Amino acid sequence: MQFDRILLSHGSGGRLSQQLIHDVFLKELGNEILDELNDSAVFNVAEGKLAYTTDAYVVSPIFFPGGDIGRLSACGTVNDLSMSGAKPFYLSASFIIEEGLSINDLKTILMSMKQAADEARVKIVCGDTKVVGRGMADKVFITTSGIGLIPDGIDISPRRIRPGDSVILSGTIGDHGIAILSQREGLGFSSDFISDVAPLNHLVASMLDEVGNDIHAMRDPTRGGLATTLNEFAQVANLGMRIYEDKIPVQDNIRGACELLGFDPLYIANEGKLVAIVENVAGDRVLACMKRHPLGINAEIIGEVVEKPEGMVSLVTRIGGTRVIDMMVGDQLPRIC
Amino acid sequence: MRYIDEFCDPGLAKRLVESINRLSDKEIVLMEVCGTHTMAIFKHGIKKLLAPSIRLVSGPGCPVCVTAAQDIDVARWISRQKDVIFTTFGDMIRVPGGASSLERQKGQEGADIRVVYSILDALDIARNNPTKRVVFFGIGFETTAPSIASGIQLASKQGLDNFFVYSCHKLIPPAMKALLESGEVKIDGFICPGHVSTIIGAKPYEFIAEQYHIPCVITGFEPLDILQAILMLVKARESGQVGVEIQYTRAVKHEGNVVAQRILAEVFEPIDAVWRGIGVIPDSGLKIRQEYSRFDALLQFEMPEMSDKSDLSNLSDCICGLILRGIAIPTDCPLFKTVCNTENPVGACMVSLEGTCAAYYKYSP
Amino acid sequence: MCLGIPVKIMKISDSLAVVEIGGVKRQASLALVEDVRVGDYVILHAGFAIQKVDEDDARESLRLLEEIGICDI
Repeated sequence: MQFDRILLSHGSGGRLSQQLIHDVFLKELGNEILDELNDSAVFNVAEGKLAYTTDAYVVSPIFFPGGDIGRLSACGTVNDLSMSGAKPFYLSASFIIEEGLSINDLKTILMSMKQAADEARVKIVCGDTKVVGRGMADKVFITTSGIGLIPDGIDISPRRIRPGDSVILSGTIGDHGIAILSQREGLGFSSDFISDVAPLNHLVASMLDEVGNDIHAMRDPTRGGLATTLNEFAQVANLGMRIYEDKIPVQDNIRGACELLGFDPLYIANEGKLVAIVENVAGDRVLACMKRHPLGINAEIIGEVVEKPEGMVSLVTRIGGTRVIDMMVGDQLPRIC
Repeated sequence: MRYIDEFCDPGLAKRLVESINRLSDKEIVLMEVCGTHTMAIFKHGIKKLLAPSIRLVSGPGCPVCVTAAQDIDVARWISRQKDVIFTTFGDMIRVPGGASSLERQKGQEGADIRVVYSILDALDIARNNPTKRVVFFGIGFETTAPSIASGIQLASKQGLDNFFVYSCHKLIPPAMKALLESGEVKIDGFICPGHVSTIIGAKPYEFIAEQYHIPCVITGFEPLDILQAILMLVKARESGQVGVEIQYTRAVKHEGNVVAQRILAEVFEPIDAVWRGIGVIPDSGLKIRQEYSRFDALLQFEMPEMSDKSDLSNLSDCICGLILRGIAIPTDCPLFKTVCNTENPVGACMVSLEGTCAAYYKYSP
Repeated sequence: MCLGIPVKIMKISDSLAVVEIGGVKRQASLALVEDVRVGDYVILHAGFAIQKVDEDDARESLRLLEEIGICDI
C-alpha cells in the first residue's frame, strides 16, 4: 500500500517503518554501510586524531532558494568538521518528522542530503526516524553528527591565533539569512536571493595543502553572522581584531534588503562561508589559493589580529572612523526608526 | 547605491573632517535630535574623527525611547483583549512598559502581536481577518505620522470597521522647545532630523534661531551629510550668522511636503503628550480627529486606569530621562553595562535599536 | 529620523509603485507625493514614498562637497 503522507505508524518500528526505511530512506541515501541496517555502522578508521561534531537543524521554511533542510543538515556538519582541519568521512542523520509531512517532500529532502553528501564525498552511514503527532514538531527536524580525520600534524584551533595574523573571509556575507527571511510572510520584497549553503571541505583541503599550519583557526559564521564569529575568536584568544568595512564583500541585493529592513549584514547567518585566521606572511598565498576555488572566488583579506584592546573587534568604517562590533543580541527586527 | 554611496566618499570625508577640525578651537556642543542620526554617527565612527572640542550630544529623538511606560502598558492591555490582532513596528516590541513588554506578552501569554513594516500591512491583516479587531500601534514622529494618516484614510475609503489605530505619535519642534525652555543643557547648534524635515520643512525650527540664537542645520544621514552639517554649524557659530539651513537639499524643501502636511492635518490634531523621562510637553502628541474617531483605539476599548510609571521612579537609578534631555551620557549611568545592557535593558534608551545607550553599548569600547 | 532610504520607481499603478534598491523590489504607496514618474528616486519610509529625491540638488551638494578643503577658509 502506498501512502503520500507520513503517519504515526511510520515511526513505530513495525511494518510501515520498515517500508519507509527501505522504500524511502535507503532508496535515496543508501550505501554499503547504511544498507546493512545494523544497530551501529561499523567501519575502520586510520590512526590519528578524529574530529566529531553534531548539530540540529530546525530551519523554517524547510525549502528555500538555494537549498533545503536536507542540504543544510549535511553541509553544516561537514563544515563544522572542516573548520578543525578534519577531512570528513561519515555522517549520521536522525529525523523527527511531524505526522502529515508529505512523503514527496521527505524524498526531496533526502535527495538533497545525498547530493550534498556526494559533493562533499561523505557517506551517511546510520540514522534514525521518529514520528510525532501533528503540532509536536514543525514538519521535520534533522540532527546530523559527523566524524572526520585530521591530517597528521595539522592543528587548527583559536588558541593558535597570534597578533599580526590576517583575517580572511571566503566570500559574500548575508546570503543565507536573507534568503530564508525573504520566504517569510510580511516582508513583501522580491529579488533573487539564494542561500549560499555549500560544503566547504574541498576548499579547506586546498588551503591546508597550500600552507598547512599557517592556518591558525577557522570557523563558519552561521548564526549571529561574521560579527559573532569574530567576537568568539577575539574572546577565546584574548586578543583584538581590526576589520575594514570597505574590504567586506556584500552582494548588492543583500545590501538593498538590509537597507530596506534596517539589518546589518555583519550579523546575518551564512552557510557556505568561512573565516580563516592565517599567519601574516601566508595571507596572500592563502587568498590566491581560495580565489582559485569556486567557493572562494570572492575571498578577501578583511583585517588583522591586534594585541589590544583584548577581546574586542573594531571596525574601520568606510570614511576612516572606528567603531566596535559587538556580538549579536536577540533577533534583528525590521525597524522604522 | 545611488544617493547613498556618493555621500560616503572617504576622500571627501577626510577633507570635511580636516576643515571642521581646523575651525574648532573653542568647545562647541552640538545636539543631534534624531535617533537615526545618533546611530549613523556611531556606525561610521564619526566622533573619533573630530577634534575633542566638538561635543556631540543626543536629544529625545527616538520615538521608541520616548513612548511613556503607561502607553506601552495600554498597548499590552489592548493586545490581550478578545479577538484582537495587535500590529506594531518591530522596534516597539521589546520596550519595557511598567511591568512588561509586548514581546513578553506575546511569548508568555500568547497574545496575537505581529510585527509589520507598514500600516498598509496592518490594513491587509484587517481585510483578511474580518472577525478580528486589528489595532495598529502608531509610533513615530512627523516622518511616520502622515503615512499613518494616509492609512486611516484608506481604511475609511475601504469601509473597514475592524481597524483601529492607537496613536502615540509625537512632534519634534515642541520637544526641542521644551528642552530649550528648561535651560538644562547648553547647546551651540542643532543637527536637525532630515526626514522629519522632509515632511515639515524648515519653518518650524525658525523660533530656535530667532528666539534662542542657536543655528540649525537640517541634515541627511550619510557620513558626508553629517560631516557637512557639523561644518556648517561650526561656521555659523564663528560668523555669528544664525538661521535654519538645509544641508539635506536633495530630500528637504523649505516648505516641506505639503501633500503630507495636508493629509496629516486632515486626520490628526495636536494634543498634550507624556514623553518618557521628560514628562508632559504641551501640543506635542497627535490625536485622531473627530471625523475619523471611529478608527481611534482609545474610543473603541474601555480601558482601565493605568498608573503613570513614566518617571521610572521605581527604577531610581535609570537616568534615561537625563540622557534624552542631553544632560547626561550613558557612561554617567550607574546601571550602564552593569545591570542594563542590550540583552536585559532597563530603560528605553537601551532597548531601542536607536537609543543612545544602545548605541554607546554596541559601538563604543 | 527614521529609516528612510532612496529607492528607484520601477512601475506605477494608481497610487502604488514598485520601487527598487540594489535589485530588491518592494511595493510602496505614492499617496504622500505628487508628480513622480518611473525612473525617479524617492525616499521610502514605512512603505510610503515621502519625497522625491531632487537629482539637481544632489549633484549640487556633491559639487559643493568637492570644493571643500580646496577653497575653504
